[in-house]
Amino acid sequence: MRHIISVLLENESGALSRVSGLFSARGYNIESLTVAPTNDPTLSRMTIVTIGDDRKIDQIEKQLFKLVDVAALEDITISGHLEREVILAKVVIKPEQKADLERIVKAFNGSLIDVSDTQSIIEMSGSSEKIDELLNSLSGIQIIEIARSGVTGLSASEGALSV
Amino acid sequence: MQLTGADIVVQSLKEEGVEYVFGYPGGAALHIYDAFHRQDDVQHILVRHEQGATHAADGFARATGKPGVVMVTSGPGITNAITGIATAYMDSIPMVVLSGQVMAPLIGFDAFQEIDAVGISRPCVKHNFLIQNVEDIAATIKKAFHIATSGRPGPVLVDIPKDITAQLTEFIYPKDIAMRSYPDVKAARPAEIVGAVEAILNAKKPVVYTGGGVVLAKAQEELRDFVQTLGFPCTNTLMGLGAYPHNDPLFIGMLGMHGTYEANMAMHDADLIVALGARFDDRITGALDDFAPGAKILHVDIDPSVIDKNIKADIAIIGDVKQVLTQFNREIARRVKDINPELTKDWWKQIAEWQGLDSLWYEHSDTVIKPQYVVQKLHEVTGGDAYVTSDVGQHQMFAAQFYGFSDTHKWINSGGLGTMGFGLPAAMGVKLAFPDSDVACVTGEGSIQMCIQELGTCKQYGLPVKVINLNNRYLGMVRQWQEFNYEKRYSNSYMDSLPDFVALAEAYGHVGMQITKPSDVEGALREAFALKDRLVFMDFITDREENVYPMIEAGKNHHEMRLRPAK
Repeated sequence: MRHIISVLLENESGALSRVSGLFSARGYNIESLTVAPTNDPTLSRMTIVTIGDDRKIDQIEKQLFKLVDVAALEDITISGHLEREVILAKVVIKPEQKADLERIVKAFNGSLIDVSDTQSIIEMSGSSEKIDELLNSLSGIQIIEIARSGVTGLSASEGALSV
Repeated sequence: MQLTGADIVVQSLKEEGVEYVFGYPGGAALHIYDAFHRQDDVQHILVRHEQGATHAADGFARATGKPGVVMVTSGPGITNAITGIATAYMDSIPMVVLSGQVMAPLIGFDAFQEIDAVGISRPCVKHNFLIQNVEDIAATIKKAFHIATSGRPGPVLVDIPKDITAQLTEFIYPKDIAMRSYPDVKAARPAEIVGAVEAILNAKKPVVYTGGGVVLAKAQEELRDFVQTLGFPCTNTLMGLGAYPHNDPLFIGMLGMHGTYEANMAMHDADLIVALGARFDDRITGALDDFAPGAKILHVDIDPSVIDKNIKADIAIIGDVKQVLTQFNREIARRVKDINPELTKDWWKQIAEWQGLDSLWYEHSDTVIKPQYVVQKLHEVTGGDAYVTSDVGQHQMFAAQFYGFSDTHKWINSGGLGTMGFGLPAAMGVKLAFPDSDVACVTGEGSIQMCIQELGTCKQYGLPVKVINLNNRYLGMVRQWQEFNYEKRYSNSYMDSLPDFVALAEAYGHVGMQITKPSDVEGALREAFALKDRLVFMDFITDREENVYPMIEAGKNHHEMRLRPAK
């Protein structure tokens, strides 16, 4: 099952590699990983999407918590949560596809940025599922490059992950 | 007063009460070495290889319970130390490793003797630091010692660029440190204790299974109270030997791949396993699918990640094993009227039957030296009171099975990583810590050659350890597995050109002895241990094909032990 683990960790050099090293050394799946400082500049929030059964996820959480840099963590998929990912997709625009493209992008609440005569970049944010749907809807339109941010998210429950 | 970074390193070690630093100098560490030279409080022990430094510090730590300290230079200095760091990591040994690094402006440019020490050590340290400013040295060393010695202990690396050790700043050693991301776990919640004790008091077929965590937590007295009050059978893992006295009637021997028949059978048939500071390692559990099928698992450990990792716990308690045992003992004392020895009567009858097989029996010989016999005689000659370090292989298992430990911190061996070359340098560390005690390194001709150059260190510092080389001219454990699993195809497991160990020991300035007859074993040992101020290298020419029994082959279950044919 897919889990999103939200981690608060000390904003120190080497912290990110300790987490990624833990995943590779122990053979855990890592679907996406995002990290950036929080409103407290001494802490970073890392959002890890991983796949595994309950036992594996339990072990991942315990191993993560063992890292000296990790201050707090929670599996936000357990309770309700909100997740977002950003995609930028560069597409080739043929004149006859222009209207279609605009319609699709609008339907997904995305926008077209950096538009030229021959190509454009689509920007959209949403759940990973929604982004996959957008990509599926673009069949026939040539995508030449995509960049996905990976998932970031917050638990929808009362209170907040804190140290 | 302003000090250089190098002086701050040494002053910080003094603040931590460090007596010995095991190490080897090199370019990136020279400012620190100069600082060592200008003081007398912290003694630097010059080893002959950085692996030796880490094992010596490790041996010191295992024997004393204090952190071992290592100093190495950049590049090959730290890469050579990695094996010893990993050894300490696998066995949760407190260690602080200081490594010199190339000058900060050169980091990342593939400078001479540059290696990413933080990166290369990351998988085998509890934590590590790269110092970026001279002002951070003191606080970082304080943190390193705190992390290395608290919680589940382990090695911590501090990498220090050379230019930073030359810079000046005010030396202020912090009294306390606050680390919000490193919580202190100690005692269990009272409700957990009540529930666990309820299960304990109702067990009909209990086993107390203890590991290295009991040794690290110094919980042997609490363990004895616990086991003796309840009258439960107790088994120790290889790492836990000594936590419960070997000659106590409640002790059923070591557990695991080469543990006793009764210990392994008891684990398999138990209805309650009380696991204390032990992690259900694969050398203990055998095949997981049929592990202790009828047992409820009560697991106590300070490290939450070992709970449910291999074996699912029915009752899990996170905490320092000494404190949790104290809590157990208090609760049991409150309910002392509920202890019912009748409940475990049949269980003890069954255990006695298993003990009747005498699974550690071996065939004595008048013509060829049996390795078990040497270890038994070693016990007699030292009164069972020596610190015994071992390398890794058959000799390690013979030492574990036949020495008979009654106290913690006396059995010093690489359990988790299984590091050949550990024994001699570890013995040096122990001997420095306890110069008046007997220290024996039980080794084999394969293992000893991995760090044999440390005989030079022993000479330089006058460390009269006794090397017991059980020489069968084979990598014995490898040969044993090749005999069992590869139809005796002894691929690369024999030694075709062994040195003359007696001459080699003498070349280093020590005493060498070769013993070839069983009748000479005891006399030679007595002679060697009487030489209080000399290192004696005893080369015992043993039975070439003796094997370690009993044995659970990899992937088999506890009740599928391979026993030696009946006597």
